[in-house]
Amino acid sequence: MQNLESFRYILPELVLAGFAVLMFGLSAATRGKQNSLQRVWIPLLSVIALLAALFFGLSSTELTSVIFSSRESTSPPAASNLFFGLLTFDPLGVFFRMLVMIATLVAVLISIGSPDLPKDRTGEYHGLLLILALGMCFFVASNHLLMLYVSMETVSLCSYLLTGWNTPSNRSREAGLKYVLYGGVASGIMLFGMSLLYGLLGHLSIPELHSAFANSELIQTDTGRWACIVSVMFILAGLGYKIAAVPFHMWSPDAYEGAPTPFTALLSVAPKAAGMAVILRFFHSIFVPSSDSITTLSSGLDQIPWVLFIGILSALSMTVGNLIALAQNNLKRLLAYSSIAHAGYVLMAVASGGRPGFEAVTLYMVVYLFMNMGAFAVVSVIDRHLGTEEIHGYKGLSKRAPLVCFVMAIFLFSLTGLPPTAGFIGKYYLFAALFQKGGTWFMVLALIGVLNSVISLFYYARIVKAMYLDKTTEQSSEMIPVANLATVVAALLAVPTLILGIFWDPLARLADWSASILR
Amino acid sequence: MLESTLLTWITFVPSMGMGIIGLMLLIKPVLKLSNQTLDNLSRFVALVASGAAFGLVLWLWQGFEPGLTNPAYPTTQLQFVHHLVWIEAFNIEYFMGVDGLSITMVILTGLISFIAVVASFPWGIEKNDKKHFSRKSVPGFMAMVLLLETGMFGVFCALDFFLFYVFWEVMLLPMYFLIGVWGGPRKEYAAIKFFLYTLAGSVLMLLAMIALYFASNPTTLVDGSPCSHTFNLIKLATENDFGSVGLLLGVDFTKIVFIGLFIAFAIKIPMFPFHTWLPDAHVEAPTPISVILAGILLKMGIYGILRINYSILPEATVWARYAIAVFGTINIVYAAFVCMAQKDLKKLIAYSSVSHMGFCLLGMAAFTEQGITGAVYQMWNHGIISPALFLLAGVIYDRAHHREIEGFGGLSKQMPEYGALTGLAFMASLGLPGLNGFISEALCFLGAFNVFTVLTVLSALGVVITAAYYLWTIQRMFLGPLNQKYVNLRDMNWRERLTLYPLSAIMIVLGFYPMPILDLMNHTLHELVKPLAEASGLL
Repeated sequence: MQNLESFRYILPELVLAGFAVLMFGLSAATRGKQNSLQRVWIPLLSVIALLAALFFGLSSTELTSVIFSSRESTSPPAASNLFFGLLTFDPLGVFFRMLVMIATLVAVLISIGSPDLPKDRTGEYHGLLLILALGMCFFVASNHLLMLYVSMETVSLCSYLLTGWNTPSNRSREAGLKYVLYGGVASGIMLFGMSLLYGLLGHLSIPELHSAFANSELIQTDTGRWACIVSVMFILAGLGYKIAAVPFHMWSPDAYEGAPTPFTALLSVAPKAAGMAVILRFFHSIFVPSSDSITTLSSGLDQIPWVLFIGILSALSMTVGNLIALAQNNLKRLLAYSSIAHAGYVLMAVASGGRPGFEAVTLYMVVYLFMNMGAFAVVSVIDRHLGTEEIHGYKGLSKRAPLVCFVMAIFLFSLTGLPPTAGFIGKYYLFAALFQKGGTWFMVLALIGVLNSVISLFYYARIVKAMYLDKTTEQSSEMIPVANLATVVAALLAVPTLILGIFWDPLARLADWSASILR
Repeated sequence: MLESTLLTWITFVPSMGMGIIGLMLLIKPVLKLSNQTLDNLSRFVALVASGAAFGLVLWLWQGFEPGLTNPAYPTTQLQFVHHLVWIEAFNIEYFMGVDGLSITMVILTGLISFIAVVASFPWGIEKNDKKHFSRKSVPGFMAMVLLLETGMFGVFCALDFFLFYVFWEVMLLPMYFLIGVWGGPRKEYAAIKFFLYTLAGSVLMLLAMIALYFASNPTTLVDGSPCSHTFNLIKLATENDFGSVGLLLGVDFTKIVFIGLFIAFAIKIPMFPFHTWLPDAHVEAPTPISVILAGILLKMGIYGILRINYSILPEATVWARYAIAVFGTINIVYAAFVCMAQKDLKKLIAYSSVSHMGFCLLGMAAFTEQGITGAVYQMWNHGIISPALFLLAGVIYDRAHHREIEGFGGLSKQMPEYGALTGLAFMASLGLPGLNGFISEALCFLGAFNVFTVLTVLSALGVVITAAYYLWTIQRMFLGPLNQKYVNLRDMNWRERLTLYPLSAIMIVLGFYPMPILDLMNHTLHELVKPLAEASGLL
C-alpha cells in the first residue's frame, strides 16, 4: 500500500506524535518554572491526547461492537502492507495498540502529583510518555524486522530517559545507566541476529521470511540450520530482554526499583505486553505453516526448535522470578521479580500457540494490566505518605489506610491467581491453552506453572500479612490521608479486577477477536 | 421440588449479610456511629444472616424427597436444581442442586455456621478480657465468617466443576484472615501454612479439572446450545468414559487425574501424610473458627472424593481402593497414637479429628453399601461431635487462659455441668454405643470387614487407643484433687449452653435413631457405589 493511503490507519499514532511535539514546545517555553501550566495543563493535555488516540483507535475498528454484542466476531480488518509492508493492521496489533495506550493513560494519571518526578520538567516527561506509547504502537504493528528494530529502539530510548528521570535520586540515575547498558547490549545482539538472518535468507519482511524459511535449501544443510538457529536465538534474546524473561532479566529489578514509581507501573506492563505481542507475531507468522503453504510441508519451518526455546525461557522465568521474589523486602523489587514470573506464565501460552494460546496471552495481558498497575498505584500512594517502599513499612497499615489496603489485597490475590479475581481467569486460560495443545512437554510446563503459583502465594501473602496481621511498629496510628488521584485510580482498577473474575464474556470475545489473525 | 432457586438463596444470603456489614463500615463516618454500636450491629447482622440461611436449610430439608429420581438426570436424585449458562465462551454453567449426599452436608453447614456465629458473641466473657477475639475488629470477623459460609454452601451445592472450584477457593481467603488476624500466638505461621497446603492441593485440582474438561465429549449446555466440552459434573460422570482417553504424561489418563484430585482432597481431609497443617491451624484458630474448620471444612475432602473421583473416574477408583483403605487405617491408628502424646487439649482434639476421618476413608474404600453409608454418616457425626469438643475446649480456655491437660485436675467438682457435657462428647467421639459416633464407626467396620479384614482389625486397635486417650484425659482434667488456682472458675454460661446443648441432644437422639439422616442419603449412595462394587467384583 502506498504511503498516503496508509496514513488513515495510523491516526492514533499521528495524534500521539502531534501532542508529543506540542508538549516539548510547551516545556521549552516553561523550562525551570513551576506554574499551573506545568502542574495542571500539561498532564491534562496528555490525558486528552491519549483519550483522542484511543477514540480514533476505537472508531477505526469494530472493537466496540465485539465487546458489547454477543454475536460472533466479524471478519477482521485486513490491511497487511501499510507503508510498503512495514506495518500491518490486524486484530492482534489493534488490540495491543489499545492496551498500551490504556496502560499509558493509567500511568499518566498516577504520575500526577508524584514526588518522584521533578516538578519543573513535566512537559518533557509527558512528551516522552507519549513517544513511548507511539513507539509501542508501531512495535506491535511492525511486519518488517527493520521497523521492529526502529520502534523497539524508540521504546527503549524513552524508557532509559524516564527510568533516570528522578535526577535528584542517585538510585534513579544508577538505574537509568544500568538500563542503558543492558538495553544497548541486548538490542545490539538482536540487530546482529537480524543481519545474520538477512545474510542467510535475503529477506527482512516477516511474511517473506516465512516463505524463505519454508523453501530455503540452505536450512536443510547442517551449517545453515545452525546459523538460522543462532540468528533466531539472537532475536529472541532481544525480545526476551524487552519482556524481562530469565536469563535476560538482570536489568529489571534495578530499573524497577530506581525508576519513578508511576513509570515503573508502566514499564512493568506496557513494554511487556507489546513484547509478548511481537513474539507471538514473529514466531507464529514465520514458523507456523499457514494453510496455503501445504505444498511445502517438509520445509525448513520445523527445523528451528523455537517452541522449546520459549518453553525453557518460560520455565526459567517462572521459577527464578518466584524464588528470588521470596527474599525481597523492597516492594518495587518484589513486584519486579513477580513481573518476571508473570512473563514466564504468559510465555507458556506463547509456546503452546494456536488460537487458544493467542487468546490466553491477550486475555492475560489485559488482566495483568489491571492488577499490576493497580499494585504499583498503591505503592505510589503509600510512598507519597510514608516515604517507604519496604514491606516492614506496611505493617499494621490496614488500620491507618483501610481502603488502600483492601484494594492492594485484591490486587495481590489476583496476582496469585485466586478466584474470584481476574487473575484466576487469566491463569485458567493459560493452563487451558496448554491442555488444549496437549503433549508431555506442555503438561510438564503446566505443572511447573501451578507449583510456581503456590510459591508466589507466599510472597504476596507476606505483604497482606504485613498490612493486616502485623502490628504497626510506628508510634503514630492516625489515619493516612489518601484522597488523591492515584488512590482513585487504584480503586478504579480494582473494579475490573473483581468483575472480570466473575463475568468475563466480553473480554473472552475480545481475545477471540484478536486471535482471529489465525484462521 | 425439582427446580428451585432456594439453593442460590441459601448460598448468597450470608454474603448479603457481608455486604450489609461492608455498607455499614462505609456509612459509619456519615452517621457518626461509635465502634461499640458498629460491633453490635455487625454481630446482629451476622446472627440474622446465618440464622436465615439455617432457616432456609430447614425448609430445604422439609422439601427434600429421598429417593425421588430427577427425570432430567435419570441416575441421580438431584433436587432444587438451579441451572443457567454463566460464561458461554468456555461452556461454564451456574449449576446448583442437592442429592442425598450433599443435602446432609448442607444441613450440617447451616447448623454449624449458625452455632459458630453464636459462639462468636462475647456474652459471658470477662469484661476485662479486652484482647479476646470476640471483641477484636468485630465487623471484619463477622464479614469473613459470612463469606466463608457462602463458600461452604457453594461447594456442597455446585454441580459444575468450575463453579465448584471457584467456591472451593473462595473459602481460602476468609480462613486465612480468620486464623491470621484473630488467632493465637503463632497465628501467622498457622495461617500461611494452611493457605499454602490448601493452595498446593487446589492447583492440582485445577489441572485435573482442565484435563477432564478437554477430554470430555461434546454435549449441550442447559439452554440447548451445543458445546464441545463440559464442566457439568453429572454429564462428566454419565456421558463420558475417560478410561478410553489413553495416556497422559506416560500414565493412564484416569489414574493421573485421579491422583491429582485425590491429593487435593486428601490435603483437606486431612489424610496422612498431608495432615500437619491441621493441628497448627486448630490450635491457633479462635474457637468458632475451629468449630467450622473441624465441623465442615474437613468434610469437603471426603465429599469431593465421593462427588468427583468416585462418580467420574470409577476405573481409577477401583484401582486405588487398597491405597485409600491403607491410608485410612494409617490415619486411624497413627493419629490415635499421636493423641496419646498430646499435652494441649485442642491439639488432642485436632489429632482425634484426623483419626476419625480415617474411618471415612476405610469405609468408603470398601465399596459396600454399609461401608459408604458409614463413611458419610461418620462425616455427619464428626461434624456434630468435633464442633462440640472445640466449643468445650474454648470454654475452659476462656476461663483458665491455657489448655494444658496436665494443668487441670478435679474440675468436675468445680464445674459439674461442664464435666458432664465434656464426658458426653468424649464418649460420643470414642464410639460408645447409644451415642451417634458408635453407629457410623460400626457401619464402617461392618462394610469393610469382609473386604479388608486385616486392615479392619488393625483399625479396631485404633478404637481402643481412642478410648484410652479420652479416658486418660478425663482422668487428668476432671478427677482427682482440684487445682487450687481454679477454685473460682464459673460453670457454663448461657451462650455456651445455647451452643452445646443442641449438639449434645443431636448426639443422643441420632445415637438411638439415626434414620432421619440415613434415609436422606441411602438412595444416592446406593447408586454411587453400585457400579464400583460391580467393577471390583464384589457383586
